[in-house]
Amino acid sequence: MKCRKCGGSAALELRRHNAAFCSPHFIEFFRKQVAEAVRRHRMFTLDETIMVAVSGGKDSLALWDVLIEEGYRTAGLYLDLGIFDYSKESRAKCEAFAAARGLTLHVERVADAVGAPIPVVQQVTRRPTCSACGLSKRYLMNRAALEHGYAVVATGHNLDDEAATLFGSVMHWQTDALPRQSPALASTHPKLVRRVKPLYRLSELETAAYAFLRGIDYIVEECPFAQGATSIAHKQVLDRLEEASPGAKHNFLFGFLDRARPAFERVENVELHECTSCGQVTTGAVCAFCKLADLVKRRTS
Amino acid sequence: MKVILRNPRREVDVDGKRRVKDLLSELGILPSTVLVIRDNELLTSDAVVGGDDVLEVRPVMSGGGGAGA
Repeated sequence: MKCRKCGGSAALELRRHNAAFCSPHFIEFFRKQVAEAVRRHRMFTLDETIMVAVSGGKDSLALWDVLIEEGYRTAGLYLDLGIFDYSKESRAKCEAFAAARGLTLHVERVADAVGAPIPVVQQVTRRPTCSACGLSKRYLMNRAALEHGYAVVATGHNLDDEAATLFGSVMHWQTDALPRQSPALASTHPKLVRRVKPLYRLSELETAAYAFLRGIDYIVEECPFAQGATSIAHKQVLDRLEEASPGAKHNFLFGFLDRARPAFERVENVELHECTSCGQVTTGAVCAFCKLADLVKRRTS
Repeated sequence: MKVILRNPRREVDVDGKRRVKDLLSELGILPSTVLVIRDNELLTSDAVVGGDDVLEVRPVMSGGGGAGA
């Protein structure tokens, strides 16, 4: 297979683009897609410092690498979930990445905030593990960015993540979740930091290939709690669709963002308050994170 | 050739030469869900593999609440 641009030996085939690229031209393609995402959604500027949420996986470290290469000022945030050796190894990957580039890596332990590490939270609550983990991450990302003075948090969500989330929301017609799904969520409250997803135009295969070709040492092993997760099942369904019809995921997600999301956004009318317990932003009196932390405290004491 | 699979990590021996896409089909793996690596280089689906090759078939999927970070 030949590179579309130079005719050299291809490293990666992109069926949805009916193209293949050699390593240097794939890296160029990848960075252009990130630049287009940043430009189209006005995610951030060169004057801002971006907090990049990193897990040690391919997506977030690839994102951090691109932003550094494009000249953005960045710092990392690693959330230690306390998931046995998986967390130890993923933290070590993030620390090594940051140290090699002389960049700041903030570390927050979920156990310090919620009262127990994720495996204990899983045991004492009836919530699916990924749900409690995702809630904790979103909360702590916002809190850490506020505390350290960053105006924007960037996450490594890719096209597959976004398509799977959309699929899950549509499967259950979660009309409250649909308007919130966006590559860029503006700050709608002084205590809500802007959140952006610069990799949303790139597939999971593409982020993995970029990380590999750039020589990024990332954690390949899956989170032990991800096995059997609903989001994985949704990704597998979408992978089969993509195999039969290349571009299916792209069309599903981009069609939603361009044509359907504005309609759901118009009907959303959410009033934001500050949580009476922690002061972070919520739609109710007490935020979901404080309710989770309270439940963990009662059941572990 | 030796094929190293991940999550969980295991190895399988495969005899004969074939294209990467045929190997993945025999293993029941969709090509868009893995990187196929030989000698620290990525292989496309039309590459021919076999003989003394050692291949890593590395899944690209991540998921759950941890996705994206």
